[in-house]
Amino acid sequence: MVTAPDAIHAVLATVPDPEIPNLSIVDLGMVHRVTVAENGAPLIELLPTYSGCPATEAIAAATRRALAQAGYPDAVVRFVLSPAWSSDRITAEGRAKLEAAGIAPPSCGGAGSDDKRATAAPLTYHPTIPCPHCGSRNTEPLSEFSSTACKALLRCRACGEPFEYFKPI
Amino acid sequence: MLVTELLQTTPDPAAETALTLPDYDPETQAALFRYLLRLGDSVLILGQRTSEWCGHAPVLEEEMALANFGLDLIGQARMLLTYAGALEGKGRDEDTLAFLRYEHEYRNVTMTELPNGDFARTMVRHFLFASWMVLLWARLQSSADPHLAAIAGKAVKEARYHQRHAGGWIVRLGDGTALSHDKTEAALDDLWPYTAEWFEGDEDDARLAQAGIAPHPSELAAPWRETVTPTLAEAQLRIPPESPFRSHGRWGRHSEHMGHLLPEMQYLQRAYPGGKW
Repeated sequence: MVTAPDAIHAVLATVPDPEIPNLSIVDLGMVHRVTVAENGAPLIELLPTYSGCPATEAIAAATRRALAQAGYPDAVVRFVLSPAWSSDRITAEGRAKLEAAGIAPPSCGGAGSDDKRATAAPLTYHPTIPCPHCGSRNTEPLSEFSSTACKALLRCRACGEPFEYFKPI
Repeated sequence: MLVTELLQTTPDPAAETALTLPDYDPETQAALFRYLLRLGDSVLILGQRTSEWCGHAPVLEEEMALANFGLDLIGQARMLLTYAGALEGKGRDEDTLAFLRYEHEYRNVTMTELPNGDFARTMVRHFLFASWMVLLWARLQSSADPHLAAIAGKAVKEARYHQRHAGGWIVRLGDGTALSHDKTEAALDDLWPYTAEWFEGDEDDARLAQAGIAPHPSELAAPWRETVTPTLAEAQLRIPPESPFRSHGRWGRHSEHMGHLLPEMQYLQRAYPGGKW
């Protein structure tokens, strides 16, 4: 096994999350490891986000398709459960893309970090999650669960807009 | 069009999950298989029950919360049953285990199969269960079995979120109006005796505890009580007295409700064997 070429990473960076399409699986930190077998077949190990995330299999299929189109038809894509995915794995670029999509990125460390506030009280702890539209910190939680497993719904009291919040986990 | 394409190319999830089977002696392997069914069936059946709320929740926010509860639980069940099937080595995958067993072959704790009742009852059940699972998953994170530890590492975070959300409702309902208090108290009185089963062990539990794979169920009894007590106190609810009643879902002896739940859950696979999306 040798370390994967950057070319494969470049392909993975084009695979979107089906539910937040402006983020790639690389932005989300879902790519655990990329290795290449001696016969040249890349092995991509992905970390699933939430246990029940219905997009998981679509992501694997999209990854295989992207790799096949890029000249890696024999690529093996599989999920590994350890290390457990955490919102801490979202890259700086991923966080910026979340904000650009109107989704507030996790405002503190997830379960994998030393910051235990998120798991103690994911929403009540954060009275001041900034609004991704106007930047105001005068926001309030509306719903702890939102359109997908990974998000909560909040509202900005300043600009009046509701917005989604990527939960720290 | 795009969605159809994605779904048709969905491969078998068992094959796409890296799974290196540990080398156990046959007794330990069999005990772990049964343990995984007990855990996997419990989250599966509660996930099925919880999903019955879809379209019926009192407000939209709780509609989404309950759907997400169900989704998390069924996701956990998939991982556990996939592992159980691989460990058993008889070619049964998650779907075969979930949809093609008979009632006495399920090992879920009885509380998970009880009807939802009203919203208070659903939330009391979820709070008691999630509080137990938070403790259990936390312990299983350091299991000697690496795959079970990995599943626990994911599930513990979800269980914490469930516990907190359901716990918030326990306080609001218990310390709410006279009516909401009475309904929540009645639910707690009804459901509490079903928790005794969670902390009883047998030779499988002893074997797995010995091997460092899973804590003995009895070890969690006191921590669980300590976990739920402050929330119940804040909700102005009293802990029901000890009852001689025992349920035995973990041993495959179920309540009369299980026989009604299964036909609905299994309908598609029974009517169209091998049917796939």
